[in-house]
Amino acid sequence: MYDFTTLVQSIGNFLHGQFSPGVATALEWTLVILVYLALYAILGLVLVYVERRVCAFFQLRLGPNRVGWAGTAQTVADALKLLLKEPVTVNKADKLLYNLAPFIITLAALTVISLVPFAKGLQAFDINIGLLFIVAVSSLGVVGILLAGWSSNNKYALIGAMRSGAQIVSYELSVGLSLLTMVLLTGTLQLSTIIETQANGWWIFKGHVPAIIAFFLYLTASIAEINRGPFDLPEAESELTAGFHTEYSGLKFAFFFLAEFVNMFTVAAIATTVFLGGWMPFHLGDWAGFNAVMDFVPPILWFFLKVSAVIFLMMWFKWTFPRLRIDQLLKLEWKYLMPLNLMNLVFTAILVYLGWHG
Amino acid sequence: MGTEAIIVFFIAAVVLVGGGMIASKLLAPTSTNPQKLEPYECGIPTQGPTHVQFKVGYYLFAILFLLFDVEMIFLVPWAVVMKNIGLTGLISAIIFILILGLGLLYAWKKKALIWE
Repeated sequence: MYDFTTLVQSIGNFLHGQFSPGVATALEWTLVILVYLALYAILGLVLVYVERRVCAFFQLRLGPNRVGWAGTAQTVADALKLLLKEPVTVNKADKLLYNLAPFIITLAALTVISLVPFAKGLQAFDINIGLLFIVAVSSLGVVGILLAGWSSNNKYALIGAMRSGAQIVSYELSVGLSLLTMVLLTGTLQLSTIIETQANGWWIFKGHVPAIIAFFLYLTASIAEINRGPFDLPEAESELTAGFHTEYSGLKFAFFFLAEFVNMFTVAAIATTVFLGGWMPFHLGDWAGFNAVMDFVPPILWFFLKVSAVIFLMMWFKWTFPRLRIDQLLKLEWKYLMPLNLMNLVFTAILVYLGWHG
Repeated sequence: MGTEAIIVFFIAAVVLVGGGMIASKLLAPTSTNPQKLEPYECGIPTQGPTHVQFKVGYYLFAILFLLFDVEMIFLVPWAVVMKNIGLTGLISAIIFILILGLGLLYAWKKKALIWE
């Protein structure tokens, strides 16, 4: 299995050999910034295209298929169009907060992907409280949404932002508790170590029933946390035109849109890392031949395959279920997901105490 | 990369959004008229102030969230060391979660979880 640590280290050594320490660090930082900004933009563009295509096929349409090969350049064209649109600010808007909101949203979305382990050693920020950090930073996004809704001085935006606030803080509990259930099994919060514990089987297989329950709880709760359908009440277009970003135009709107799709990737990546073994290949017991074939696929490809599968599942949800009402939404969280999560947590703790985990 | 990654990604986000805003300001055409700067309400002139007194239900859920989130944070260190602390850890955590569950049940019975 290829270890990216050596590659990363050799780049670092090369820079430190060529330049003085200060310059070398600055160059390293610039390199990381460039790579992750490119990743951020590409993820956004690709996911928007995939979303539109998948949605179209679910609804028996074709979707974008004119610009570029099979419509692949459509999102690039859209981004260019948004760049050339006039940024309009409402006359009664709170200018400072109005312009601050896209920064906060992007900051939250970008910082969280820094923790995603793409392959062995290919992770920008491997902190020992990884999962806690992810839960903490991803919930910063709600501040941006509330600021955007409040400062726009628009009733639709305000209602959208308030709904979003109630929804995100409620579902964050379920996200945290379902990840906590897995922490009981892994015994660590560091993402790279969590993947290493799955070398002999993914947690969704060797974690028995609690892991499967936790997986579905995590998926449901985090879809709600990133405001995707069927939980997209904050931007329910049939009642609130566009929710909290009604008054945003041009590139400022694009940043909200981009952050939403990148958050979708992050959620899928965390689900992959914690439940589906991250970049670990799929192994079947002691079928040496099968396992060898699976090892042949590079880890980074495994990671992206699993993430794509989870993202497809999320899109499937969005285009299958009708949108919930706000009372149904809060009822689902507080009366079903929360008690189930607490019970699952106790059950897993007993399981771990008895030593039945993998 | 160590904890300085937080600073690096902060810079990255500021560069991306700030750069984008400046670029769109330079590239995009501008024209103004009074109607364009009105808040969008399906084309009708907006009625009354926007920042009015808001539904108290949101506040109630925020308070509930605060309680449960703090209790969840208490469970994080326990979950990490659960494998090593054995029966004492298990029983004390179960008692803790039971109290948490009682709190939820109380809010349920008080009809705090119903959205009106």
